[in-house]
Amino acid sequence: MAGDGLTISREEEEEEEERSLAPLPSSGRHHRRKSSASAASRDGFPNPAHVRHLSRTETERLASSQRELADSNSRIVFIGDPGGSDPRFETPRNSIRTAKYSPITFLPRNLFEQFRRLSYIYFLAIVILNQLPQLAVFGRGASALPLAFVLLVTAVKDAYEDWRRHRSDRIENNRAASVLDPQSGRFLSKRWKEVRVGEVLKVLANESIPCDMVLLATSDPTGVAYIQTINLDGESNLKTRYAKQETMSRPPGEDHPVDSAGVIRCEQPNRNIYGFLGNMEVDGKRVSLGPANIILRGCELKNTAWVIGVAVYTGSETKVMLNSSGAPSKRSRLETRMNRETLLLSAILIALCSVVAICNGIWLGNHSDDLELAQFFRKRDYSDGDDKKYNYSGIGTQVFFAFLMSVIVFQIMIPISLYISMELVRLGQAYFMVRDANLYDESSNSRFQCRALNINEDLGQIKYVFSDKTGTLTENKMEFQCASIRGVDYSGGRVSSRDNGEAHYILAAGKQILKPKMSVKTDPELVRLLKNKGDTEQGKRAREFFLALACCNTIVPLVVDTSDPKQKLIDYQGESPDEQALAYAAASYGFVLIERTSGHIIIDVLGNRQRYDVLGLHEFDSDRKRMSVIVCGPDKTINLFVKGADNSMFGIIQNKVDLSMIDATKANLHAYSSLGLRTLVVGMRELSRKEFEEWQSAYENANTSLMGRGKLLRAVASNVERELHILGASGIEDKLQEGVPEAIESMRQAGIKVWVLTGDKQETAISIGFSCKLLTEAMTQIVINCNSEESCRNKLQDAVAMYRKFAVISPDPFENALTGTGSTKVSMALIIDGISLVYILKTKLEEELFKVATACDVVLCCRVAPLQKAGIVSLIKSRTDDMTLAIGDGANDVSMIQTADVGIGISGQEGRQAVMASDFAMGQFRFLVPLLLVHGHWNYQRMAYMILYNFYRNAVFVFILFWYVLYTAYTLTTAITEWSTVLYSIVYTALPTIVVGVLDKDLSRKTLMKYPQLYRSGQRDERYNLKLFTLTMMDAVWQSVATFYIPYLAYRQSTVDVSSLGDLWILAVVILVNIHLATDVFRWYWITHVAVWGCIGATLICVIIIDCIWTLPGYWAIFKIMGTGLFWLCLLGVIVAGMLPHFSVKALKEYLMPSDIQIAREMDKFRRINAATMEIQMNRFSMLQL
Amino acid sequence: MNNSAAGTSSGSGDVSAPRRNSNRPKYSRFTQQELPACKPILTPRWVISVFTLIGVIFIPIGIAALRASTNVVEIVKRYDADCIPGNNTKAYKVAYIQDKNIDKTCNITLRVPKDMDPPIYVYYQLDNFYQNHRRYVKSRNDAQLKDRGKANDTSGCDPEDASNGSPIVPCGLIAWSLFNDTYNFSIGNQNLTVNKRGISWKSDRDHKFGNDVFPRNFQNGTLIGGASLDENTPLSQQEDLIVWMRTAALPTFRKSYGKIEQNLRENDTITVTIKNNYNTYSFSGKKKLVLSTSSWLGGKNDFIGITYLTIGGLCFFLAIAFTGVYLVKPRKLGDPSYLSWNRNPSGR
Repeated sequence: MAGDGLTISREEEEEEEERSLAPLPSSGRHHRRKSSASAASRDGFPNPAHVRHLSRTETERLASSQRELADSNSRIVFIGDPGGSDPRFETPRNSIRTAKYSPITFLPRNLFEQFRRLSYIYFLAIVILNQLPQLAVFGRGASALPLAFVLLVTAVKDAYEDWRRHRSDRIENNRAASVLDPQSGRFLSKRWKEVRVGEVLKVLANESIPCDMVLLATSDPTGVAYIQTINLDGESNLKTRYAKQETMSRPPGEDHPVDSAGVIRCEQPNRNIYGFLGNMEVDGKRVSLGPANIILRGCELKNTAWVIGVAVYTGSETKVMLNSSGAPSKRSRLETRMNRETLLLSAILIALCSVVAICNGIWLGNHSDDLELAQFFRKRDYSDGDDKKYNYSGIGTQVFFAFLMSVIVFQIMIPISLYISMELVRLGQAYFMVRDANLYDESSNSRFQCRALNINEDLGQIKYVFSDKTGTLTENKMEFQCASIRGVDYSGGRVSSRDNGEAHYILAAGKQILKPKMSVKTDPELVRLLKNKGDTEQGKRAREFFLALACCNTIVPLVVDTSDPKQKLIDYQGESPDEQALAYAAASYGFVLIERTSGHIIIDVLGNRQRYDVLGLHEFDSDRKRMSVIVCGPDKTINLFVKGADNSMFGIIQNKVDLSMIDATKANLHAYSSLGLRTLVVGMRELSRKEFEEWQSAYENANTSLMGRGKLLRAVASNVERELHILGASGIEDKLQEGVPEAIESMRQAGIKVWVLTGDKQETAISIGFSCKLLTEAMTQIVINCNSEESCRNKLQDAVAMYRKFAVISPDPFENALTGTGSTKVSMALIIDGISLVYILKTKLEEELFKVATACDVVLCCRVAPLQKAGIVSLIKSRTDDMTLAIGDGANDVSMIQTADVGIGISGQEGRQAVMASDFAMGQFRFLVPLLLVHGHWNYQRMAYMILYNFYRNAVFVFILFWYVLYTAYTLTTAITEWSTVLYSIVYTALPTIVVGVLDKDLSRKTLMKYPQLYRSGQRDERYNLKLFTLTMMDAVWQSVATFYIPYLAYRQSTVDVSSLGDLWILAVVILVNIHLATDVFRWYWITHVAVWGCIGATLICVIIIDCIWTLPGYWAIFKIMGTGLFWLCLLGVIVAGMLPHFSVKALKEYLMPSDIQIAREMDKFRRINAATMEIQMNRFSMLQL
Repeated sequence: MNNSAAGTSSGSGDVSAPRRNSNRPKYSRFTQQELPACKPILTPRWVISVFTLIGVIFIPIGIAALRASTNVVEIVKRYDADCIPGNNTKAYKVAYIQDKNIDKTCNITLRVPKDMDPPIYVYYQLDNFYQNHRRYVKSRNDAQLKDRGKANDTSGCDPEDASNGSPIVPCGLIAWSLFNDTYNFSIGNQNLTVNKRGISWKSDRDHKFGNDVFPRNFQNGTLIGGASLDENTPLSQQEDLIVWMRTAALPTFRKSYGKIEQNLRENDTITVTIKNNYNTYSFSGKKKLVLSTSSWLGGKNDFIGITYLTIGGLCFFLAIAFTGVYLVKPRKLGDPSYLSWNRNPSGR
């Protein structure tokens, strides 16, 4: 296993507490979405509830629980013999299929998916009702039209998306791979989709890997291959993978026919991209296989001429395919609220229908004697000679039918088109968010990503932001800052300027100059110490310290050409940015790692090239929280170098050391972490020959064992890592991302509470809190870090008492907490650590914590495990109505991202899992500000208005129908033609609301960014609430009264026919609702003009077309009535009378009770001129001065 | 070690890895949502101007409409009760009207209140007759009316689709219930001619009712609903039917009966001889005879004029009210000191 390296990964470091924190609060996990559970259950993983959103540690744990690979549960692959592969399991070909539908299954499956929406069932039921001859209100075609239209639009959209997937599948499946032909022993070209499990493939440099393969041989004599996994997990660093020496020696191919090839036993396919377990039998020998021996589909081969491997997982079973799951489906809060109003509308609908049905019954009762002879009723049918009732079966049945018919007639009270409009509007909003140049991240070349399409408007109502620290607030680009060696602090590099002599080493090998790609500011004193005083104790320790940094890692140095042919750069590739920073630091101080093979490394020590044999490497794991290497130096001494977290390291130091040195080191460590630096402690021990041999045999045993290998290796490591000399400690700066303090300040002003949840130490967390302006000196810090439930309770009670005390000083703390301003009151910050959270979450103390936390302005949680992050999010989610947003970049944030109402992934340095689990993804933390304050605000405002408007628009129409029904003996006749009824919500009035929903802006971007407080209107639900709904509905009733009764009274006792009056009504209502929209539009673009006025024109054209069909009773009516003056007077009167209350109330309210948004709009419009003039004056002034 | 650096390094290390294209969104005013736009704000000036403008437009229209309506001379005479002699029970009336053997001629007199200039429109008005009743309004077949070949197409005409086994033309309840009272007007001994041509829509005559479709098997059923039709006149010339088949929007409606094309002087007494055939007694419907001149607004209806005057007046009032509000409570538009977080800093 030499050189077999997973390294200290940063996530693991952050999650190091996790195991000790059991029992974990598993809150956020089980009640999460169904989709994840169902997705997970597909993959054959033994514990489906677990799998999907696991952090790396968790998956590791899962993998380790499976270490014992049972034969019955393993896949057997015969190398080079696809036919002979495990007969028990059918393995798929390597073709992939991301498309959902085939041409045959499209119709049924798509319909099935669409009808999972409850509202569609409602509309379908109505269509079916209408087909009954007794109830046929509309013609068959007309009644089915709206539903068919909505289904068709969605189906076309789905079909287009699926066609694109088909196309990309086809391209992917037809790529060429070279596959070993067992007969000829040559590699022949085959299509990807034809590759089968067991076949041997050859992949050349820069090619994509067609399926998951176990490496057999590489072009590198030591069996190393480098792959880039950016498509898989987003990490851009090259990863090293190894072919086993056993197969390396004789790769299958030209001179080695495959008949002697071996057998691989491996796990069943699963979605854990960081785990693989298997073994290979070659020539009777069993070789174990781990994650470092497999290369996965989706990766690219880099810096390696070729590799040969055997396919073990193909097609849909590859890890990348198992991991590709669609965006999770969430439902926006506005939509949830909307459902409440939909229920209210249903109640109104039922009330209207009941009124109609009851009145119908009363009318029939009063006229029961007349019905026989009344010409318009004709109860009896004499046509066939015999006397029977015509279409009449008693009052009760008639009432029942009247009820059902009125449901059919008034159905659009529940706006069917709203659902499709909302989808289109969100699509448009997403388009603009993705295209926004302000959300484009230059450094990672990534645009904003909208992964979830149905919660755009939630972005405008966020109250709590839960942020990860590393990689989210900070850049996750590590820079070595200070070293403490034997308790002496060397942080001169931190303060000195960059050019302190040519301290960083440039190595001249022959004529070539080798230079590390990045240099670190060095401490001059330390440099001097290293150069001159190699013989003092301090100098010796310093050398050993940097030697440890140079060799105790898994960094792969790559020599890279530059434009200058004489100069070459050394680029350190590794999975952990901390290790890279340490290696660059060592290089700057003269300990340059130049070459790594699987057996040895070459280090240039202050100008001398030295070879160190790497005898063993103990990977980082979260139990030990350290890693170690055993190297044999040029002087044949065998040294153990260890680096790890401070608390894990101080537990294994030599007993009889200088305690003052340890204390000094600890003091330095404390100082570093208060500066916000990440610290590591480095130690070493010289192994005696005997010790080494003991270790070696144990190590070999452990390494070749098939059962519980991980555990055994860990035991071996713990056994040898003891009695260390502490060499020193390092401090690495994790730089803040650009604009983070400003972003946090903006959000604070916007009334958004930012909570930071990090795996870092308390000191580090607090110092980062200060540097990003989250914490200020003026704040009172409440720190809770306890080891028992009892002390937690006490601390919490103290905290409650404290905020009560402050509450006395400032009269209304909760009000303050709600408005989120902290100008005059004493602001508090809560700092709590993961261990305390174990005692608090899921116990009675949770309520207390909630009280304290919401009273505080800032909450910092440190040392928290991934699931605790989710637990904190659900603490807020379950207790308040406030919207939560979680933002993070690593696998450890996945659970939090999925628990929060809105999850945002940072597509940065760490893997892509956060992005895969998120609803939105972007490049930088600071983009949160434009995203929430600008796009969120717009989206919320637009969507809220659109929903209300749709309700209003359909209600006006339904009420008009209702008023007319009162004058038809309650028999559900509609004056408006059935086609117009049907087209009303999908053609006559649909487009303007969509255009406004996509384009309208109440405020400019500049204003919204300048006054973050404007965001609070969304938090206060100002744009969509029951009061607004009620007002809108009252307006709708008034407008329907005006629309109906003005023509009714004007045409009372006249010769007007039903079609003409119907045409007047439909035109009046369409113009009225469009004008209503027009008065509410904030910004008129040319597109808005086209949509609003175009829609009125389209309506007129439609009405004219309908009236040109001679088979309809209304033939020519529109021309007749448009020729009369009364028509135009009615139309004008309806519009003015209808708009009068809306317009007056709007004008009055905007003037007397202006909302913040209204004032900001006025500033937008009027103050800009002032600002411009002021600028001119300023310019003049400065010119005068010049 | 940032991403792009890693990208370059591996790129230059390889033979020819193309540099990744930039994903930067292309700038356009559209995608950045910065299209030029008009941002209307309801400033006091705007609000007051809008209200004043509406007032200025609506009040003259209202006055004109009201004048037009007052200039219309209208004579309305209800005759359904007067034309039944004696006893007033409903059963009696229904029996009376259904009895074919009684001569239902009845004379009423009308006094002309004012000079009436031709054309004077003659209407009959029915009250409580639900021509928009669902059962009724659907009971017709437009194809049959237009096309001679579709005589057998009586779908939708229930229950008046066929009689004695053969289809009815025109079928359906609407045609069946054709109004059949007739009026003869005379002043003194001089007959007033009523022109019954051109009372229906030309579009109906030309395109909706076929000129080669003749009534067939009409009013042959057990129950007679109304008028019979001349089997030798094509439907396109049966104007009473065409008028009747334009179903009315409301339960109280008028239908054109004809036009009187001569002057009527004030205080002229017109004698109308009515054949009171149509049965509205069964459902307590009223029958009225209406003579009316017309204006540019149609018949006599003060409503639209009053509405316009009301709206106009209200708008003037609102204009004044808003002016008052603006004067009493002046507010500088766009003054940041009105922002909620600036307004009451002491409140927190």
